[in-house]
Amino acid sequence: MEVSISVNGTNHSSDVEPRTLLVHYLREDLGLTGTHVGCETGYCGACTVIVDGRAVKSCTMFAVQADGAEVRTVEGAANDAGLHPVQEGFWECHGLQCGYCTPGMIMSSIALLEENDNPSEDEIRHGIEGNLCRCTGYHNIVRSVQYASAKLRGEEPQGASAEVTT
Amino acid sequence: MSTTSVMGGIVRRKEDPSLIQGKGRYVDDIKRPGELAVAFVRSPFAAATVNSIDASGALALDGVHAVYTIDDVRHLGVTPAQVAVGTLRPLLADGAVKHVGEAVAMVVADDRYIAQDAADLVFVDYEPLDAVVDLKEAMADSIQVHEGTPNLLLTWAGNAWWEGVVELPDPAPGIQEAKERDDAVVVSLEMVNQRLIPTAIEPRAVLADWNDGYGSVELWTTSQIPHAVAGAIGATFGIPSNKVRVVAPEVGGGFGLKLNLYPDEFLCCFASKELGRPVRWTETRREAAVSSIQGRGWIGTATITGTRDGKILGYELDAICDMGAYSQNFTVAIPLLGLFVAPGQYDIPTSYALHCVVTNTPTTDAYRGAGRPEAAFYLERIIDVFAREIGMDPADVRKANYWKKEQFPVTTAVGMTMDSGDYETNLDALLARVGYEELKAKRDAARAEGRLLGIGLSTYVEVCGFGPSALTGLGFSWAGYGLPTAFNGSGVVRVQPDGTCTVTIGTGPSGQGHQTTWAQIVSDGLGIPMDDIEVQHGDSNDSPMGVGTFGSRSIAVDGSATFEATKRVKEKAAVIAGHLLEAAPQDVQFADGGAHVAGSPDRSVTWAQIAESAYQPHTLPEGVEGGLESSVVFSPPNATWPFGSHLALVEVDPDTGDVDILEYWATDDCGNVINPMIVDGQVHGGIAQGIAQALFEEAIYDETGNLLTSSLADYPLPAAESLPMFSLDRTVTPTDVNPLGVKGIGEAGTIGSAQTIVNAVVDAVSHLGVKHIDMPLRPKRVWQAIQDARN
Amino acid sequence: MYPPNFDYVAPASLDEALSALAGADNAKVLSGGMSLIPLMKMRLVRPTTVIDISRIPGLDAITDEGDHIRIGAMVRHAQTATDPLVNEHATALAQAAAATADVQVRNQGTTCGSIAHADLAADQPAAILALGATMVAASVRGTREIPAAEFFVDTLTTTLESDEILTAVKVPKGGKSVYRKLGRRGSDSDYPIAAAAAWVDASYGTISDARIAITGVSSKPYLATTAAQAVVGTDGSSEAIAAAASQATDGVVVLEDLYGTVEYRTHLASVYVQRALEDVLQ
Repeated sequence: MEVSISVNGTNHSSDVEPRTLLVHYLREDLGLTGTHVGCETGYCGACTVIVDGRAVKSCTMFAVQADGAEVRTVEGAANDAGLHPVQEGFWECHGLQCGYCTPGMIMSSIALLEENDNPSEDEIRHGIEGNLCRCTGYHNIVRSVQYASAKLRGEEPQGASAEVTT
Repeated sequence: MSTTSVMGGIVRRKEDPSLIQGKGRYVDDIKRPGELAVAFVRSPFAAATVNSIDASGALALDGVHAVYTIDDVRHLGVTPAQVAVGTLRPLLADGAVKHVGEAVAMVVADDRYIAQDAADLVFVDYEPLDAVVDLKEAMADSIQVHEGTPNLLLTWAGNAWWEGVVELPDPAPGIQEAKERDDAVVVSLEMVNQRLIPTAIEPRAVLADWNDGYGSVELWTTSQIPHAVAGAIGATFGIPSNKVRVVAPEVGGGFGLKLNLYPDEFLCCFASKELGRPVRWTETRREAAVSSIQGRGWIGTATITGTRDGKILGYELDAICDMGAYSQNFTVAIPLLGLFVAPGQYDIPTSYALHCVVTNTPTTDAYRGAGRPEAAFYLERIIDVFAREIGMDPADVRKANYWKKEQFPVTTAVGMTMDSGDYETNLDALLARVGYEELKAKRDAARAEGRLLGIGLSTYVEVCGFGPSALTGLGFSWAGYGLPTAFNGSGVVRVQPDGTCTVTIGTGPSGQGHQTTWAQIVSDGLGIPMDDIEVQHGDSNDSPMGVGTFGSRSIAVDGSATFEATKRVKEKAAVIAGHLLEAAPQDVQFADGGAHVAGSPDRSVTWAQIAESAYQPHTLPEGVEGGLESSVVFSPPNATWPFGSHLALVEVDPDTGDVDILEYWATDDCGNVINPMIVDGQVHGGIAQGIAQALFEEAIYDETGNLLTSSLADYPLPAAESLPMFSLDRTVTPTDVNPLGVKGIGEAGTIGSAQTIVNAVVDAVSHLGVKHIDMPLRPKRVWQAIQDARN
Repeated sequence: MYPPNFDYVAPASLDEALSALAGADNAKVLSGGMSLIPLMKMRLVRPTTVIDISRIPGLDAITDEGDHIRIGAMVRHAQTATDPLVNEHATALAQAAAATADVQVRNQGTTCGSIAHADLAADQPAAILALGATMVAASVRGTREIPAAEFFVDTLTTTLESDEILTAVKVPKGGKSVYRKLGRRGSDSDYPIAAAAAWVDASYGTISDARIAITGVSSKPYLATTAAQAVVGTDGSSEAIAAAASQATDGVVVLEDLYGTVEYRTHLASVYVQRALEDVLQ
């Protein structure tokens, strides 16, 4: 089937099988391998992308469902001005270890902060409940999102040195 | 934050810019032209005879290239293992299946969707047999997993198998006599340390590309041990290991599950060789639950004999350890690692019997901690039970039995020599920080209001930093088992002609931040900025021979090799710089990205100038070889023995049994610390996995061996909402077994945490009469325990 | 992980969708896909045709219809959870939608889809039962309305015919409601081990009417009728609530699974009936 999908601002017209999952379309057809696959039941969230402004799991969506949609992936998070504050937060606060869940975690965090730029710790944890991380215990992910939140609100963000045991 | 640093500094990770932008390259991200995809046909039965396999329907499908069975690959032998004890795994089921999910046939097709379509069309005629799942039933041997072979593979107790490698004393004398003393208090409890599914978020993936022209094969695989995989592939296919290039690129979490040699790695090489095309397989999550290894799976009775003053006169553990259906890489060695730390941080007579038993379930092997969390769990749980029995504070009971700082190095009851320790200082630091007395008062006040608050404490010692090659390789000639590989650590430091630095190491990260930590070691040694240092790893062709990443070993062994190599490069650079500056090498000092003459900072050269000279040998002083590079192999005299203390405050909902972790504190001691941010991160993740075992996760099989928890819907990994923030601190007791004084921190959090939570939950409900609850402490179990105690 | 092949249609009108459904053998309706797609990926469901109703205009609205609110087939969980009308008039449904799965699933999955899928432990069916909602089912044969109480038959089975699409849920206004649950990963995280929705009409002090629905406990979400009767005519005293709680599982077969024994679930059903009633009567 012919689909036309905007990904990170670029329009792509492609012929896909109806059964092709959006994540495979992004990874195999467009070569955007930043979006990962971690499970097939929609639990892990490694495949999270933003479709028409909403964080969704691209492994639980057919590419044909995204026909006409605007998709944002981790590859589009940074812009000419540099890293997105969420990416910067993950870097500054050691919010990633193996990095496999990270693209999905970052996209969920971006979507969260677009709705609420000053979330509480509970709201952050609730906002990323659909993204599983096996490495960090979420501690530094929460701090990374807090960093980004502060930065987005024009406050002084707190990096790793604010907390780490030395 | 600074971009250069000395050791001990918080440095942002060098690996992050690619990973946070989706530019990290994991196996499944690497594409080869013309590649084909694999799907496996897996057994729905835990025990069955395979009568026949009919692949005609699959082969008739457009886009299908081959369907392979054991008949195609039997000549390659079995799946190699580093500890080849017991029944090894055939590459594909050979006439019989021994666990649900065992691969029976391999389909190769144009893409993954077609491969799965074809796999659905392979008809296998099975004759189901009785399976054995329960460990005690397996011990009874009435159903044998491998006919003619007793289910009990071996028992780790004395020194029988170990002679010449590690001298284990006979089971500790005096425990039986202690039990007969008039003042003896004996507590004994059977406890389950349940099976876990490691569940790295990146599933395993393999991409093989065999080149007949070169007579070589390249294999990209999600591995913690690429060199071992290369050695095993060479031996299996009868080609030299230098014709095998195994690459572990970014690895999305390992935790031990990628510390293995898996049939699919060999099978993809085989298919690529046969078909002349690159061949890829990527595990699905449900597949992962049965095709990769699992961890833990012990049932054991722990017994303490002691006196009312808190003195422990004997500790015994008699446990059955689930090996699953086959022995893979380290399978039977995992309980042994538990035995190494059996007496924990205590000077106590210890008697251990660990029975390694096969069952009709997927293989168990190393999962974060690997034997040591199990050992710490049994010991630290039964100490809590003992403390409650004699009415003493659990912290005081521990202190009464600790090895003292001044006694180190000590030889423990199981014959291991521990390098350094200061357990009491560590525990006191934790108790002071949490305000232990106030916390107990708070718990008691809440309890008076009907709220169920509980405090749990665990201390631990682990053995890691493997290690002396005799210990890491267990003293065997592994080449004789078809697995020529290395058991040492290694590091190569090379200053490039432009003055930047390339470091290659025999170990690679699966999230631990090697690139950053190693760059810190080298930057600190040479004064070359962090940004100018590139750390490479995970390529069996290009990385120095090393054993890989596991057992919290990398920094202690390969880190030390790199530290030594750095020193040697610096010594040579001093000679070259001295020559350029017309000064004696001992007068050369390194600072600010170059070298200068002591006392004359203006008489200086940059690293680029030193390197330029190094690579133009005619400019060098007489007798100095060209190049600016050092390669060091390191094998320490002993493993390392980190330790720590963990404490949690939990609240139990009496109506539902739901457990809420209110606070979690840990004070760990891993010796010297290179990047405290990374060390904290390792502890966070380790604690999370211990809490996951305590509260959430369990691989559950029905009596037929069917896994009931094969998806994340049924195997609940903790989400962000399930966990608290962690409050960390450290004490620092360096080791002298390596020049960095580092011990390792990858597994510590996991080893200390599960029983901390269980102790806390039991504390919250002990006044109701609850003595123990088996993990995972799901609400139903906690509630049931309260009901049972009340009735 | 890799779904089998199927024909895909994305009709532009409901009539077109209904015709496609009537004409196809073994077709499945796709709204958000949060239940359907995982089942297809595991190849447990193999439809020959998938009818995507997301392109049909007008199905994604929550509208005020005077005495009830209407939730269209393409209304996502997140929309249900945050919509002011739903929060005001059907609090239990808003809470159940907010407690459904996770952010991404709530952004993609639909309230009607969850109801039509009828997982025995789904959140929102309990709320629509307690709220006395009505299902609007359309087919080429016409449109019919099905009371929630008659909708759920068994696990993954409803009274929806194979040629029907659940086009909307009509939720009556009036009364007060709440939804309370214990999730598999504690608090309200993940599927409920047990959960209860309670609706009461207590406009004149005493409780003149009440409905209590329970999910996660039996093979389908159900109305705990005798439990609700126990509080009707009372002023919601703790005795009345306790009486209601004690009858939470009357007449139903309680299920056992990895998360709960029959005894535990029976107990939890009581606990959550009590908690829901205490909350709604506050």
